[in-house]
Amino acid sequence: MIFNRRNFLKAMSAATATGALYGCAGATKANGHVVIVGGGFGGATAAKYLRMWSNGGVQVTLIERNAQFISCPISNLVVSGDKTLADITIGYEGLKKWGVRVIQDEVTGIDASKRTIRLAQGGEMSYDRLVLSPGIDFMFETLPGLNNADAQSKILHAWKAGSQTVALRKQLEDMKDGGTYAITIPKAPYRCPPGPYERASLIAGYFKAKKPKSKVLILDANEDVVSKKGLFMKAWADLYPGTLEYRPNSELRDVDAANHTAILEFDKVKVDVLNVVPPQRAGNIAAQSGLKLINNRWVDIDWLSMASTNTPGIHVLGDAIFPAATMPKSGHMANQHAKLATAAILNLLAGDAPNPAPLLMNTCYSFVDSRNAIHVASVHSYDAEKKTMLPVQGAGGVSVIRNELEAKSAMGWAKNIWADMLT
Amino acid sequence: MKLRQLFTALCLAATAATAQAEDPNLARNLAATCANCHGTNGKSVDGSGMEALAGTTKEKLLQKIRDFKSGDKPATIMHQIVKGYTDEQMALITTYFAAQK
Repeated sequence: MIFNRRNFLKAMSAATATGALYGCAGATKANGHVVIVGGGFGGATAAKYLRMWSNGGVQVTLIERNAQFISCPISNLVVSGDKTLADITIGYEGLKKWGVRVIQDEVTGIDASKRTIRLAQGGEMSYDRLVLSPGIDFMFETLPGLNNADAQSKILHAWKAGSQTVALRKQLEDMKDGGTYAITIPKAPYRCPPGPYERASLIAGYFKAKKPKSKVLILDANEDVVSKKGLFMKAWADLYPGTLEYRPNSELRDVDAANHTAILEFDKVKVDVLNVVPPQRAGNIAAQSGLKLINNRWVDIDWLSMASTNTPGIHVLGDAIFPAATMPKSGHMANQHAKLATAAILNLLAGDAPNPAPLLMNTCYSFVDSRNAIHVASVHSYDAEKKTMLPVQGAGGVSVIRNELEAKSAMGWAKNIWADMLT
Repeated sequence: MKLRQLFTALCLAATAATAQAEDPNLARNLAATCANCHGTNGKSVDGSGMEALAGTTKEKLLQKIRDFKSGDKPATIMHQIVKGYTDEQMALITTYFAAQK
């Protein structure tokens, strides 16, 4: 099955300028075929916005291995028993209504010179522009005891929302009162900087209510809490004294999966439920396709277009990229990357230069118990001299204190960003 | 092609008064940074508790932003976010949202 540009061009009708005020935007008419790999916060947003902003002029194919989108943000509330998997699962029907061709498959290879991809279920597909939004993959090779399927079925990460999220919940429910749950955190950068601390907090809240003799242990490879430090520390001191223990500089060296034991440099910690967030790098398809990587882990991109710096025609979004200073690996950021890339791709397909002054913003909420949340926000603007995104000085910040209003905002954020990407 | 160049020139002339409008879609692009919370094109999800910005007059939106910046309007997060945008960017964003139906 070969899709090519000519077929799509035939099917296309002339795009018309929309609206009096922004009719000018329609003056540059983009067309062509964009293939997107990965239907998460980055890829799904790009799929919708490419269709919306091109007035249907650009053909979009989204290739996603899962049948439905399952959100990592809010998934810690599933682990704590406050939400269900159904609450964070959304189908791709909304994207199909935008005219996105959604294919459930996996991309096994990219030929950047021919501008084609290969699909696991067979066949090739050609593209004018390729967008990779594959998220992360885990570096299990750094943890020999966890580098096999059997160990990985016992010692969970639950760092990609889905079956592992539910399985971790089950392990916590099955744990006897008086047991210990431990989460290990890799050195930054990793997906969702505040996520491990949020998870530990929510599980401590669950224990406090249902298993009051149980303990939560955070084994952090970093020298300090990576995100929202003051707010998390205050929540732990106020809400979970004697329940939650934080240990910095505790890098996981290996895992004894059969004995639920975390092996550190000088210590072995045996617990009842061991939850390992492994070290991470760009998703396989981005890491293994010849794109320039930084630290052999993250894709180097041009901030004006999110394009790979060494492979023409390929744009990379979200957690897979080497981030600019202070920029977190978050779903919100991936959504913003997608819009930057979409605007650039449409300009490039129309023969115009990308917007020279892009701006990105990030908001990230974390729950510290089932009713109270905190946030961090930042705005990042392009610095033409340094050719990177820099945080806007004086903007952004964190919550004053955890509260219920922020928890309401967190759910409002989730509903709106899910709609922004999928409906 | 000639027609397109003429059209582009007219557009540029129309927006020349607005600073930073090198890309004719700058307002659209900037407004899209708000959509994560306020909905695509400022149309927030019903019942989500997030304010819809679509169709609100430019004056009203700019007043809110000024109040967030000055601290007159209490906020959990908006006072931190609005400080990341210049007055010119806010003018473009508010014009865009005001024009959304």
